[in-house]
Amino acid sequence: MRSQAAELVFDEATKQYPGRPEPAVDRLSLTVPAGEICVLVGPSGGGKTTALKLVNRLIPLSSGDIRIDGTSILDLDLVTLRRGIGYVIQQVGLFPHMTVEENIATVPRLLGWSRQRIRERVLELLELVGLDPDHDRRRYPAQLSGGQQQRVGLARALAANPPLMLMDEPFGAIDPIVRARLQEEFLRLQRELGKTVVFVTHDIDEAIKLGDRIAILREGGRLAQYDTPARILAEPADEFVAQFVGADRALKALTLRTLGDLDLRPGTWLPGLPRVPVATTLRDALAVLVAEGHERLIVVDEAGEPLGTATRDDLLA
Amino acid sequence: MTLADAFTPGTFVDAFRFMPDHAGLLLSKTAEHIELSFAALGIALVLALPLGLWLGHRHRGLFVAVSVSSLGRALPSVAVIAFGITLLGVGFWNNTAALVVLAVPPILTNAYFAVDGVDANAVEAARGMGLTELQILLRIELPLGLALVVAGVRIAAVFVIATATIAAIAGGGGLGEIIVNQASYGLAGVVAASLCVSALAFLTALALGLVRRAVSPRGVRRA
Repeated sequence: MRSQAAELVFDEATKQYPGRPEPAVDRLSLTVPAGEICVLVGPSGGGKTTALKLVNRLIPLSSGDIRIDGTSILDLDLVTLRRGIGYVIQQVGLFPHMTVEENIATVPRLLGWSRQRIRERVLELLELVGLDPDHDRRRYPAQLSGGQQQRVGLARALAANPPLMLMDEPFGAIDPIVRARLQEEFLRLQRELGKTVVFVTHDIDEAIKLGDRIAILREGGRLAQYDTPARILAEPADEFVAQFVGADRALKALTLRTLGDLDLRPGTWLPGLPRVPVATTLRDALAVLVAEGHERLIVVDEAGEPLGTATRDDLLA
Repeated sequence: MTLADAFTPGTFVDAFRFMPDHAGLLLSKTAEHIELSFAALGIALVLALPLGLWLGHRHRGLFVAVSVSSLGRALPSVAVIAFGITLLGVGFWNNTAALVVLAVPPILTNAYFAVDGVDANAVEAARGMGLTELQILLRIELPLGLALVVAGVRIAAVFVIATATIAAIAGGGGLGEIIVNQASYGLAGVVAASLCVSALAFLTALALGLVRRAVSPRGVRRA
């Protein structure tokens, strides 16, 4: 394995299907720094998935280049390239005739790892993605829930510890409650593993929640804006981006920070005031104030001990 | 005397008497029948299986698979044998060729659809993970489609065993020689040989049915 994370560069990457008036991806240039999550987001027809599949050459480039740690994907043998990239898709695509363990072991087996090493890696990964190593590894995909299947899909993609992960709407087919949990766990995992991730979604909220950077693609596969979530929400590059992120972009920006990011006021712990955990996003904290009709809340730590207070104006500042 | 006049319940009794009396004859003709059928089936497998699997893997050539299949059904085997006599002369190979023509379509069509129908997401995931096209075919598509492939072989086998009977008209041997020669073997012989053909076809269908079940992937069957 080369490194934990790889820098990914799109350099004028273009996909033009013959007989179509417009390219699917049009001269896309952007750099994903090593260890960051780049979310490709945009309306359908924006070429997000096409751009993703250009990287592992499931779709061949028409012109331009894509480089991983400085090496052009065109200079790598197809199989070597793909075995070094984790790939997760919405419909998971687990192999139904193989157990969870065999699914996860696919790439390590292709790479010729020893049985012992494969077994250890499978157990480690099952633990990592929140499945039961003893019980779940012997099950077949059809015996798992949608959420569990996607955990296995993630473990399978991580198996050979690739420096780059491509994820195509991995949580798109999962119900909202489980999706929110998987998103949280994915962020926790990413803090631990620090992969370079390209993540496709059509859901701007998911993009804001997960992305270190967001690339907004518009019809015809053109890049409308590539920036951090905070800057995209604060300064949309044009009318299209502003519309796409929504009229509530100021509220969405509040999801980027938690109460812990504020300078809390010392204060008296008045009994009637709402008590809100420090890890709550500013948006959710605001929702509590609005719902309960207060101007001020008490921020508490994990044990419920008060840390300070914050006013509505503090949240919106 | 018409056949209907001759055919009484007693005919079966006679046929079952014929069997032990002519066990040697029936066994040797059955052996010829099996030899002819297996040769044809073997050649058809070699020709049709790789082609059908690869076309299915490429999701191309649906037209070929379907037209070969309907051609096979439309073409009477007797006509193929008659045509073959002009090319290959009378005997084993002429008959084998006719039976191969019969066996190829179900094998080809089933192999094609078995692979073509495998979950596209599983195949895309496999390709994205860096399996080669051959590895995708052998490790993912074939195991998942094998039951359907075997079902095609089963259809072909039953066709071939039943049709191998007409090989007799072109000197190909087999149980057909008894069936078309009532003058020598009598009605009892004809019926006895027919029963042997039926039993052969039935047992083959049964055996391949068991194989088909055995190769159905575990994880999928449980679902």
